Amino acid sequence: MIGLFLGTLRWDDVTFVEFWRTPDLNNAIAAAAAGLLVLGVVATLILLTVRGWWRPLWRDWLTSLDHKKIGIMYVALALVMFARAVAEANVMRAHQATAALDAGLVAPDHFAELFSTHGTIMIFLVAMPLLTGIMNFVMPLQIGARDVSFPLLNAISLMLTAAAAGLVMVSLVLGHFSTGGWSGYPPYTGADISPGEGPDYWIWALTLSSIGSTLTGMNFAVTLYKRRVQGMHLFRMPLFCWTVLCTSILMIFAMAPLTLATLMLWLDRHAGFHFFTVGSGGDMMNFANLFWLFGHPEVYILILPAFGVWSEVFSTFSGKRLFGYLSLVYATMAIAVLSFTVWLHHFFTMGQSANVNAAFGIATMLIGVPTGVKVYDWLLTMMFGRVRLRVPMLFANYFLVTFLLGGVTGVLLANPTVDYGVHNSLFLVAHFHNMLIPGTLFAMLAAIHLWFPKAFGFRLHEGWGRAVFWLMAPGFLLAFMPLYAMGMMGGMRRTAYFSDPLFRPWLWAAEAGAVLILAGFAALVVQIVVSVRRRDALAVPAGDPWDGRSLEWLGPAPAFEFNFAGEPKVEDVDAFTALKAQGEAYRRQETYEDIEMPRNSAVPVVIGALAGLAAFAMVWQAWATAALAFAGVWAVVIGRSFVRDTERTIPAAEVEAAHRAWLADVAAATPVHRRDELTPENRGLAEEPL
Amino acid sequence: MSDVRHPGLNLGTTDSPVHDAAEETVFGFWVLMMSDLALFAVLFATYAAMSVHGIAGGPAPVEIFDLKSTLWQTLALLASSFTFGMAALALKYDDDRRALSLWLGATFVLGALFLGLEARDWARMVTEHGATPQVSGFLSIFYLLTGTHFVHVAAGLLWMLVMAAQLAIFGLDGAVKLRLMRLAIYWHLLDVVWVAIFSFVFLSGLAP
Repeated sequence: MIGLFLGTLRWDDVTFVEFWRTPDLNNAIAAAAAGLLVLGVVATLILLTVRGWWRPLWRDWLTSLDHKKIGIMYVALALVMFARAVAEANVMRAHQATAALDAGLVAPDHFAELFSTHGTIMIFLVAMPLLTGIMNFVMPLQIGARDVSFPLLNAISLMLTAAAAGLVMVSLVLGHFSTGGWSGYPPYTGADISPGEGPDYWIWALTLSSIGSTLTGMNFAVTLYKRRVQGMHLFRMPLFCWTVLCTSILMIFAMAPLTLATLMLWLDRHAGFHFFTVGSGGDMMNFANLFWLFGHPEVYILILPAFGVWSEVFSTFSGKRLFGYLSLVYATMAIAVLSFTVWLHHFFTMGQSANVNAAFGIATMLIGVPTGVKVYDWLLTMMFGRVRLRVPMLFANYFLVTFLLGGVTGVLLANPTVDYGVHNSLFLVAHFHNMLIPGTLFAMLAAIHLWFPKAFGFRLHEGWGRAVFWLMAPGFLLAFMPLYAMGMMGGMRRTAYFSDPLFRPWLWAAEAGAVLILAGFAALVVQIVVSVRRRDALAVPAGDPWDGRSLEWLGPAPAFEFNFAGEPKVEDVDAFTALKAQGEAYRRQETYEDIEMPRNSAVPVVIGALAGLAAFAMVWQAWATAALAFAGVWAVVIGRSFVRDTERTIPAAEVEAAHRAWLADVAAATPVHRRDELTPENRGLAEEPL
Repeated sequence: MSDVRHPGLNLGTTDSPVHDAAEETVFGFWVLMMSDLALFAVLFATYAAMSVHGIAGGPAPVEIFDLKSTLWQTLALLASSFTFGMAALALKYDDDRRALSLWLGATFVLGALFLGLEARDWARMVTEHGATPQVSGFLSIFYLLTGTHFVHVAAGLLWMLVMAAQLAIFGLDGAVKLRLMRLAIYWHLLDVVWVAIFSFVFLSGLAP
């Protein structure tokens, strides 16, 4: 009976008990990580209670359906997960650097768990939530909308992602995560070789987050099609919105193969099916194809929004219209389409004929063409511009150079003959980190610096931002350039021990780089704390700290809850620049109207919690708990459909008062020249162009 | 955009903002269904590979499929799509909830009949041929493909029950009409998927 509700979960599965039974260094590290998690949770609970923040947390954040707050929560979740994944990277590199001398820090299985959680977290629980968060915050503002098309669904996506994060976190304390890498290939992850709960943690964390992403993709695509303000034609959308549209379309189509692949793996593991097993007609290649049919579009889900961010950064900080807008749009679309035609390059070595490999190799190299178009467009945006090297621009220029390097190694890998030599070596690891760190991660850091003032009403401290850059930029090079070399020397990925002494200096360099990146993250935390302390000097209530060009900069910082008091006028790609030039950006409105906004709802939190519980119970084969929690999810969905009163009205008078208060802030601010952008003079009002 | 009338719904002839809002909701549901179709597409692709390469000495498609039983399932489901079509006409042209409820009730019965027939067909395959999903890769994907469709139809029936309750409680207001509209899209789409299953799995499986 208890088995039905607790499944296979036993005391021995608790990490601390394991350490108690076998107190060695390996288990000490595991217990310390679990302890840090438990302490972190307890400290957060105490802080919330002591400060009395429970109520505001619940009322203003967790139950909010405001796209801006949901976006901020996504980013916060991603940063917490980033702390764990980057710490894991440090443990792995420290282990590899010291492992040849003696046994190293962790046991081989533990090492495998570390690279599996590191990859799973970085892709699904850092990169995805970061970009979903930024898209959530920025996109509706850029198209002049009040919210996304389906605010409740938006919050449900967030809570499902949070549940996935919770599941991966719980695996620190209860049991073990998968040792099969982020791609979880069977038959290694099948029941014969990995009988434990590890692959199940991986399966259900991915299932939760991929359902969340499917819903997000649908939501954002519909928002972009249906919620654009009058005058905002498709070809007047800021480029970031184009990348959001392409990413959303990719999410709609690419998540299904992943959901299915993980479901099939689970059926193989627990119901005796034969999708991927050896013998009885199963075929591992089914998994490889399904996984990468998702996995390759996923790469572009991760990079396209980053391209959008870079486009905004280059044009804003060059004080210039984006060069080659149309070519950038077409390049984005071309990349999105091509992304579905290249999945096989992830397994050139797995037995296709040379002609099939050649076709996929050529398709892969083709992607370099639209990407190259983009790089030239960004360069030409800066040309003849007034380039201001603010933190986002530092990252952007660093990106141009390093991303080119990563792109070139990508073209090398796209050649099947070359790939046979370096497939699954550290060369590959260097390549994809080279794309994802300067590409995605640094774009998201640039985005945080760019849009933080709009979210919270004050700029981030520039000096500490530079510290983040100057720690992370060399950190990345030091951490990953050695991997190219080691890959050429024959070093394979996911290797716990390198006995060859020739590797030693490279490993230490990589370890030093990992430490610098961790230090860069610490600097980011310090930066946020310092900025909060000095928020009065950094405040930009008039709302336009960077002389912005698109609609999100119209209105105060932080933004109105309802985004815009009236419908903004759009006559150009750089809609806000046009408004400023016509002197219409800060004009009083003749009339104000009531605004309907969605009411807060506890439904997403409950759905997230129940879905998380169902997933956890599935991991531990506690079928009764899982069934009850799953039924609970649908009971809540059905129950919610009987709730009629889901909107609330913000009266016109309130809208008018808020709008006037902002106009008063604008009137009180002195317009600043761009050279004084970083001084306290900058209250968010830009000097008019000459 | 303001001239858009949502086809199939009488949300009021002059109130175009209502139609605009309806358009967004229904379009969103179409997009969600597109993602659902992607799921089925991947299932079909896997079936295409495994129904040939995954038999592994177990029963082949031609041995276990029974065209007569499958035909009855197909007819039940197609008939249910027809009755839902009649329900949609009642929704659009009549304010009379009785006709709507009757047609929806008929749809429910036919849907349930389909589920029963399909379950009986599975039971026959298991008892007569020992064709359980654990036997071979082909049978694994066969049951996953038809099972996914089965679960979708069952969810559609549950949705119908919920709509019956909402019809009783709220009457035919805009929100209920829109939900019926989406249920109709869902239901017809399942029919389309079944036609694909019928042709691609059963007919081509039995072709000599």
